[in-house]
Amino acid sequence: MSEAPPAPAAPEITAAERDELRRHGILLTSLEELYNWGRSNSVWPLQFGLACCAIEMIAASMARFDIARFGSEVFRPSPRQADLLIVSGTVTKKMAPQVVRLWNQMPEPKYCIAMGACAISGGPFKQGYNVLKGIDRFIPVDVYIPGCPPRPEALLHGLMQLQEQIRAQKISGPEAPRHLRPEASGEFPVPEFGGSDLVPPRNPDLWEPPTIVRAE
Amino acid sequence: METPGQIRDRILARFSGAEVTVVTNPGPAAQHSLLVGAAHATAIATFLRDDPVLQLDTCSNVTGVDWPGREIVETVRQPLAPEEDADPAAPPGVIEEKIKRLVPGSLEVVYHLYSVALKHGPVILRLRTADRAANVTLPSLTPVWRACEFQEREVFDLYGVKFTGHPDLRRILMWDEFQHHPMRKDYVEPDDYEWEPTPHDAVLTKARRHYPAPPAAPEEESTP
Repeated sequence: MSEAPPAPAAPEITAAERDELRRHGILLTSLEELYNWGRSNSVWPLQFGLACCAIEMIAASMARFDIARFGSEVFRPSPRQADLLIVSGTVTKKMAPQVVRLWNQMPEPKYCIAMGACAISGGPFKQGYNVLKGIDRFIPVDVYIPGCPPRPEALLHGLMQLQEQIRAQKISGPEAPRHLRPEASGEFPVPEFGGSDLVPPRNPDLWEPPTIVRAE
Repeated sequence: METPGQIRDRILARFSGAEVTVVTNPGPAAQHSLLVGAAHATAIATFLRDDPVLQLDTCSNVTGVDWPGREIVETVRQPLAPEEDADPAAPPGVIEEKIKRLVPGSLEVVYHLYSVALKHGPVILRLRTADRAANVTLPSLTPVWRACEFQEREVFDLYGVKFTGHPDLRRILMWDEFQHHPMRKDYVEPDDYEWEPTPHDAVLTKARRHYPAPPAAPEEESTP
């Protein structure tokens, strides 16, 4: 009995063709797509506010802006039940260890949005002595939302960007996200209070200051 | 309400040996204040609170001031002894001598007092420490006005004034392990400078220190 010839590779289906099939009641999907579709539409944020950005976050969750349209209205009061840490406001150096600890207490898969100028870079307090110059020194940030504070629309846009990132994630292979790689840890070192600054002042695995040569 | 001078006179009449001076404010606000010696501060504060004319029952604000030590140059003019063969009609020579004097610094705590009962205020009290290093102890006014508690903790945290008689003197803004007092003039903040898009002034100086100058451009080849 002769061997069957190898099956020809299935041609790629475009989104338009898939929509056409869907119109006829045929749903073509993959496990990856289904998995990411479900996850991206139920991102539960941690109920956690730091400064004035938190007011905008609260406004986004109310009826006028209605974050429930994106499946994120369930603000969880416990980090054990949350998927998303919205760092909404100024992170003082005194507060930074607690923020990192909350992040460590969240189960994988977890995501972080740095909301507003302070969470991104220290904002107007960048030259001060008591404000962390960006939460990305200690936590891997997925989406940065600029603004001071960002409007609720900007937060919703950031959430949509995060949903697109989640939908694009692979569930296997070397490009898989952190929570699917067994060697990657979801725990990040918590800084300690030192005599004049946090010890260490940043997580060198996550962030290094840029090396810049001045122009003049 | 009585003027600060009248209040000072009544305090001095009541407490013999108390040190009270009026510190005038030359600005348009003209908020003159009373500099009170630390020895009688608690007794004077209690008097101001309980006095029926003043009834300063509310301490609305406590803040600190850091006066660093400074050097004062004073010019002293002394007549020069006339020389023997000098013309007696000529004016006598004058020698100018500059004397440098070091004024020791101090830490100051300022209390703003109001009367809710009589709807007047503020009366401003100032307390000064002896210096900025070792003798930074002042009596706490928290037993007189309970509202001072957190604000005196803040002054302790940021300026390093130690209040005796305070019920719970701990740092309130910075963490307990912090060793400095950030609002003092000589505080040096941790050197965690990062890139700044438009540095200027002190930030530009920091940027120059942190980021090395570009390597010198290669010299152009001269035509033979």
